[in-house]
Amino acid sequence: MTTEPQEAPTFFAAEKNPIRKIESAVLLLFRLCTWSILIAAAAVFLTILIKGLPIIISSQFPFINTDFLTQSPETLHVFEHKGISYELADSDFRAFQEKTGKTIPSATYAHSGGGLFPAIIGTLLLVIGSMFIALVFGVLSAIYLSEYSKPGKLIDFIRLSILNLAGVPSIVFGLFGFGLFVIGLNWNVSLLSGWFTLAFMVLPIIITASEESLKSVPQGFREGSLALGGSKWKTIRRVVLPYALPGILTSSILGVARVAGETAPIMFTAAYAVRDSLPWEIERWSDFLSKVSWPCPTTFTSLVPKFLKTNTPNVCSMEQHWCCWSSCSRLLLFPCCYADIFARETLGNPLQTYNYGLK
Amino acid sequence: MTDPNPNRPIPETAVEVSSIDFYYGKTKALDDITLDIPKNQITSLIGPSGCGKTTFIRCLNRMNDLIEGAQLTRGTIRISGVDIYDKRVDVIELRKKVGMVFQKSNPFPMSIYENIAYGLRMQSIRKKTIIDEAVERSLRNAALWNEVKDRLHSNALGLSGGQQQRLCIARALAIEPTIMLMDEPCSALDPIATARVEELLFNLKENYTIVIVTHSMQQAARLSDHTAFFYLGKLEEFGDTSKLFMNPGNPQTEAYISGRFG
Ligand SMILES: Nc1ncnc2c1ncn2[C@@H]1O[C@H](COP(=O)(O)OP(=O)(O)OP(=O)(O)O)[C@@H](O)[C@H]1O
Ligand SMILES: [Mg+2]
Repeated sequence: MTTEPQEAPTFFAAEKNPIRKIESAVLLLFRLCTWSILIAAAAVFLTILIKGLPIIISSQFPFINTDFLTQSPETLHVFEHKGISYELADSDFRAFQEKTGKTIPSATYAHSGGGLFPAIIGTLLLVIGSMFIALVFGVLSAIYLSEYSKPGKLIDFIRLSILNLAGVPSIVFGLFGFGLFVIGLNWNVSLLSGWFTLAFMVLPIIITASEESLKSVPQGFREGSLALGGSKWKTIRRVVLPYALPGILTSSILGVARVAGETAPIMFTAAYAVRDSLPWEIERWSDFLSKVSWPCPTTFTSLVPKFLKTNTPNVCSMEQHWCCWSSCSRLLLFPCCYADIFARETLGNPLQTYNYGLK
Repeated sequence: MTDPNPNRPIPETAVEVSSIDFYYGKTKALDDITLDIPKNQITSLIGPSGCGKTTFIRCLNRMNDLIEGAQLTRGTIRISGVDIYDKRVDVIELRKKVGMVFQKSNPFPMSIYENIAYGLRMQSIRKKTIIDEAVERSLRNAALWNEVKDRLHSNALGLSGGQQQRLCIARALAIEPTIMLMDEPCSALDPIATARVEELLFNLKENYTIVIVTHSMQQAARLSDHTAFFYLGKLEEFGDTSKLFMNPGNPQTEAYISGRFG
């Protein structure tokens, strides 16, 4: 039997009915939503980059305004001298005055000159310390909750409390840290207080993420290990944790973003509004060990209230501001994204593509 | 039917199971099972899907302890005369002596070598010569050595399904248990590998007591000395394989082994 070749298209042609129309309408809706989110995100980032980049990038080698990244913030002096208008940071201004030998009247803007170095260091120190504390506490308690504890009312209650903790506004954590660490334990406003406060703040994220990760470990691994005479802890350490760890770490990057982007708790517990001294800039080296109250420099985000408090927004501070955000996004956000992608690609995949039936 | 070999010595018992009931929460999965698994022989468990074979062998190394709400409510299981559900029994020691190959193969996401070494490392054996020797011996026994000897340090998850199953057999052999529980060990294997595994089990019989769950009547008939037929959580019939296949005492058994079921 021979069939006409033109019959085939009609044979496979889509049915014409309302369900198809609805389907394509729904698809369109999904597309629109996704694209509008993308556009919003792109708008935010482009604004920051366009406004901030001209300050960070310079025309000479190494093409980056290194001073901005390596110097402390200073008061900015804006003045006119011999018909030329200048914008100079405090130290340059003093040098300029000495050179000319005159006292020059100037308009001053606090924290609008100099660089961001203390903020970079402060943010890094806070993030590293608090994430370390949070990971230790979080992963251990997640292991207890999901591997050891017997399910029951008490455990459900504990889980619920942890979830509730995630919804507590960060300022409350700030007050808690202020009360407990700064005043109660007399740690003062210090790195240590900040570390613990922020660690407690991200703990719910870490615990929930770790529990999810541990749950996704195939039961077959645990059974296999136990059947070979493994103890519970050895099973967790040798099979369960290695499998769950990439997931735990990638989810914890959310925590990093939260710590780095936090304001209120940091200002309460770690960073004085106007402290630019670095942790190692202390009176005596012995203080570093004997005193727990290491000073913590400002962080990126605690610069914001500082700007708002010390300056009415003006051209100069806004410039610094954009710049700050631009470097903030480049220094923090991009590494975070890369770390996330890296972790997913290199750590996650080999394990998670493991196609093996979970019981 | 008379015993074809009346002078045969009565085998010693490795596992004595007496009238056990087993529940998953409120559903009864095993109902009044009593059987003696003879030492240094192969006992096969047959029966339709869902009849409780897996549940039964998982009771023998207390693997069911891991399942929430699952418990043995009545009866005792004795291995070498010791009630394994006694409070004083250490499950880790029990599982070292009662090895298991699971129905779903479950190699660890590590190298082939590490998979086999795992059980030894659990016993804090660190000497490389001992581990190397155990790895080669168990892989040879599981008929896998020739296929993997050049890539011992590559990931076990890169093996084919049947190779993974043999790896799990090798892994269980490496710790040299005295009793081997095997839940459908050949379900993913081709006839050649199946023959190799059967040959292995036949040789292992000298030193091991083997309990094997199988859906292949031929395999049960070829391989085992004793056969137990489970049906709906009950042990319908248990006896010499030859007798059970030639002359089943139970109409259910006969229907099942002759393929006329339901
Ligand atoms: N973890 C569990 N929780 C609740 N019920 C279970 C569980 N595991 C098994 N069962 C039930 O217990 C009964 C016996 O199951 P079992 O796995 O022992 O069957 P099986 O004989 O091994 O079957 P198959 O040949 O398909 O492997 C089934 O009805 C099953 O649904
Ligand atoms: Mg089964």
